[in-house]
Amino acid sequence: MTPPLIELRHIGKSFSAVRALEDVSLTIGRGEIHCLAGENGSGKSTLIKVISGVWQPDQGELLIDGQKMEGMTPRAAIQHGVQVIYQDFSLFGNLSVAENLALSMELQEGRKLVSWRRIRSIAQEAIRKLGVDLDLDALVETLPTAGKQLVAIARALMSDPRLLIMDEPTTALTGREVEALFRVVRDIQSRGIAVLFVSHKMREMLEISERLTVIRSGRVVAAGPISEFDEAAITRAMTGQEIAAEGYRWEGTAGGTPLLEVSGLTIPGQLEDVSLRVMPGEIVGVSGLLGSGRTELALALFGMKHGYQGQVRIDGREVRLDSVQRAIEHGIAYVPEDRLTEGLFLTQTIDRNMLATSYARLSKGGIIQRARAAREAAGMIREMAIATPTGDRPVTQLSGGNAQRVVIGRWLLNDPRLLILNGPTVGVDVGSKAGIHRKIRELARTRGLGVLMISDDLPELVDNCNRIIVLHRGRLVSDTPTEATSEAALSEQLGALA
Amino acid sequence: MSAITQRLRRFDTNLLQLLLLTVLIFAGMAALNPDRFLRPYVFESITFIAPELGLLAIAMMVAMLTGGIDLSVIGIANLSCILAGMFFHWIGGPRGPELVNLPLHTVAAGIGIALGTGMIAGAINGLLITRLRVTPILATIGTGQVFTGICLVLTGGPAVAGFPKLWGQIGNGTAFGIAVPLIVFLVVAALVWFLLSRTAFGINLSLIGTNARAAAFAGLRTGRTVFFSYVMTGVLASIAGILLSGRTNAAKSDYGVSYLLQAVLISVLAGTNPSGGRGSVVGVALALVALMLLSSGLQMMRFSNFLVDLIWGGFLLLSIALAAWRNRVR
Amino acid sequence: MSALANALRRHPEMMVAAVLVLAVVVIGTINPVFWQPSNLFSLMRASVITGILALAVLLVMLSGGIDVSFPAFAIAAMYLTVKAMIAWGFDGVLLPFAMATAIGVGLGLVNAVFVYYLRMIPLIVTLGTGTAVRGFILGVVGTSQINIDQMPPLLINFARGEFFHVTQADGSTAGLSSMVLVYAGIALLVHLMLRYTMMGRSIYALGGGEEAARRVGFNVRRTTFFIYGLAGALAGFAGLLHGAMIWTANPRDMVGLELDVIAAVVLGGASIFGGRGTVIGTVLGVLTLVVITNSLIILGVDTTWQRVVVGLIVIAATAATAWRDRKRIA
Repeated sequence: MTPPLIELRHIGKSFSAVRALEDVSLTIGRGEIHCLAGENGSGKSTLIKVISGVWQPDQGELLIDGQKMEGMTPRAAIQHGVQVIYQDFSLFGNLSVAENLALSMELQEGRKLVSWRRIRSIAQEAIRKLGVDLDLDALVETLPTAGKQLVAIARALMSDPRLLIMDEPTTALTGREVEALFRVVRDIQSRGIAVLFVSHKMREMLEISERLTVIRSGRVVAAGPISEFDEAAITRAMTGQEIAAEGYRWEGTAGGTPLLEVSGLTIPGQLEDVSLRVMPGEIVGVSGLLGSGRTELALALFGMKHGYQGQVRIDGREVRLDSVQRAIEHGIAYVPEDRLTEGLFLTQTIDRNMLATSYARLSKGGIIQRARAAREAAGMIREMAIATPTGDRPVTQLSGGNAQRVVIGRWLLNDPRLLILNGPTVGVDVGSKAGIHRKIRELARTRGLGVLMISDDLPELVDNCNRIIVLHRGRLVSDTPTEATSEAALSEQLGALA
Repeated sequence: MSAITQRLRRFDTNLLQLLLLTVLIFAGMAALNPDRFLRPYVFESITFIAPELGLLAIAMMVAMLTGGIDLSVIGIANLSCILAGMFFHWIGGPRGPELVNLPLHTVAAGIGIALGTGMIAGAINGLLITRLRVTPILATIGTGQVFTGICLVLTGGPAVAGFPKLWGQIGNGTAFGIAVPLIVFLVVAALVWFLLSRTAFGINLSLIGTNARAAAFAGLRTGRTVFFSYVMTGVLASIAGILLSGRTNAAKSDYGVSYLLQAVLISVLAGTNPSGGRGSVVGVALALVALMLLSSGLQMMRFSNFLVDLIWGGFLLLSIALAAWRNRVR
Repeated sequence: MSALANALRRHPEMMVAAVLVLAVVVIGTINPVFWQPSNLFSLMRASVITGILALAVLLVMLSGGIDVSFPAFAIAAMYLTVKAMIAWGFDGVLLPFAMATAIGVGLGLVNAVFVYYLRMIPLIVTLGTGTAVRGFILGVVGTSQINIDQMPPLLINFARGEFFHVTQADGSTAGLSSMVLVYAGIALLVHLMLRYTMMGRSIYALGGGEEAARRVGFNVRRTTFFIYGLAGALAGFAGLLHGAMIWTANPRDMVGLELDVIAAVVLGGASIFGGRGTVIGTVLGVLTLVVITNSLIILGVDTTWQRVVVGLIVIAATAATAWRDRKRIA
């Protein structure tokens, strides 16, 4: 019997005190589409880096073709046919498509001189292999995301790999582009190349992969042929959580003045005639595929889309949200999608992160009232149950969940009326996730806060929202009370849109 | 994770190290030339010369706090005092008792002209950087050339020599036995310290320097805040110009050119992160004292000014190497 | 609008070519003296040194850095070489240029060590090395100017060579300096290196993204050392050539030249963020700058305006590139 292409045996890897991988075993067969699933921070990227030789495991062994690999390096991995397509594609935006395709090949062959004719023919060969059409002279930075991805795939295929690792390849793609990508992936497979598809999206895994490995907190928690899984089982494995059945009930009356009333909101090319209302105390889920306009909706309400058309009313009064400051004045708060680059000030303290929005409010004659600031920060650290002895610690000491509580707490200090959460628990561990959900529900119930919760995580929406709207290509396509829908129904609806 | 933790903790150890460095340089210089270095005159002269450089270094630190840099500070300083000097010459003639004895209100107007020049020059930098989104390095290289160029056009090359006596008091006088420039420096440094650490503007500035995108999402007015930081940098540079021209009784388009490197060096040595988000006035003051002791000690050992430049440049490289080494050790 | 921005991104030299043509037409129309061969030839000669230095800066900018140390390196190479020639009683052309180039390489590699191993912003590194090197030359090697009577004759003869003569309308002859050929040769070599060698492409790749360059398999360390080594070599070579062309070796020369050179490179369409810029654009940028600043006299503008003009060119060029690249940064 031929040995599997790649075999990991009891791999362990730590970074200082953090155990990123523990006793991970995994086999990838030849020409197999294998899905590696796990939430952000579960250890997926560490595992990829071990396979591709970027990092050496502390324990366990890595076998390729049944041969034990000692001291793997990225170069050795490439020689053994392992190619990785990172989420950022590692392309050169300032160079042409042709050059991006040909450079790594030229490098591997140890060439010193560049023949533009050869670069062109290598590039032509590469896109012919992939069976796609690309303008070879275009600068890569001018291509849309899907085009860049094709360049990255074509480049990876040129060195005749036997395993192609794709890290979250669908993140920035629209539904149609995902379909096109899957066709490419199946075509790659038909040539006997194995694909390790790293993802956290259930529908994709079920659709594309043959075998599935789920990791959570650095350990393999489930593995097997895809036929043994359904969405609920994958979610369970990924989150370690039974889907709670409690749900959120809104106890207000529909007759009152809505907290937020949006009518005919349009941003050409992004949003098309979106109307919705949020009553005090409501948690409204916003679902939709990438590119559906859900983030644009949030940004428009947060004053970051100046030229929008349509009406926005807060407490029945029409307002014009043409700057972030104006939106904040009207009580709108926004917890952004990417906590690290959009939410946190990494080298600053917890207190400063917490108070970032409040310093002007906490000042008298331009001077910060320090005692009051310290009191408010400490109070919010307590209220949000942030695990830290004091607020003068650097915010980087906090886990994902605690850091997210800081960003949410930042807004609560300003008594918002409407809290917009974009991916509120991305990269947050399970225990902390439940805590954040509890807090949001409590805020809505007791303070009458309106919440717009944007999420990819359908169980999260079903559990926490009393109403869920679905956006598609900038339009609002459905607005359903949660009792009238379910995770399965939503998933089916989204699948049909894709 | 722990690396950043320690870097933050180092913020205070950084000041300690600077203090240690200052003491070491002092001890070293005192040991190398005990009879000449340990005289009151030496320290007195430092209190007259250091303030102008210190103000430029604070200005540089403020620009670096937002991840920028201001290479036009020397141009601003010279332009400010040339304009003030030309104003005085216009009122009181090019020389003679009338110029020397210009009354307080005229001198005050001159100060106003100088500070106003710094403000406008800083505002131009701020507009280029925040509105037109020109990189700070290139924007301030360009405006620095323009400011220096305007100095040349106005003076035709030679220095504007001869300032009123009162103006000279700012650069040469003493009050309560303390050098006036030192008093000016201490007051301004205290104000900047207060502004940076005790006001919303200052804290917001370092938040913006840390992560401009997150700052925008936190509702901070990033453009406006950065704009005002460059206005502040310009005003600080013009105060340095007032001290310089007061001390030397002249203003010229190419005065203080070597101050540019020294201001950057002091700012970096003070623990300012040139990528933004971190910087302290106390650190700048300590680094200033350390380097002034070093250079006056060297001058006493008959080192030429050029050799002092060599050592300043070497010090900048050494401080970079030390910072890198500290990062590696952790 | 965005089509124009795209075209400019692909052919950054288009903008500068348009500016050059415009400048030439305007200047030539105002004062036809401009078209005299002697004027045109002297403009070309005047662009030689700035041009070679600009190629050095182009290399550093392509990788995403900025270099302000090269005037000091050029002067160091020139002064040390000429001093050595006088001390050893040696005269010649090839060996001295080899020596000056080697000195430049050595100094450039020091920059590379700081930039690569110590991970410091190139601007601050080169500010430090530049000041230290100039301090060393003036403080240790000497401050005296070496005049024509002491300069090695063969060196001067070499730089005096002309390869093309025309008889002008008034009967006088005008010659074009052979140094223009040397410059053209160097520019061609750098162009070929950037366009047709893997090393050249790795410089663009590094400027496009260091992490990506590493992942694709470029040797980032080798590329960084090559960039700063070659930039140093060009500076050293240009330094000695400069001395030979003006028949003097003055260790205080070239102060502030970095600003003109950076202005020319930016004008030529290179981006300070790296990865964008060409030799053709740089050569045109240098020519444009030289034409404009040297034509002030025949336009009847006082030469004191030169700096203002250079500064305004930097500001305009950077604002234009910022506009071109605005989407990439946003």
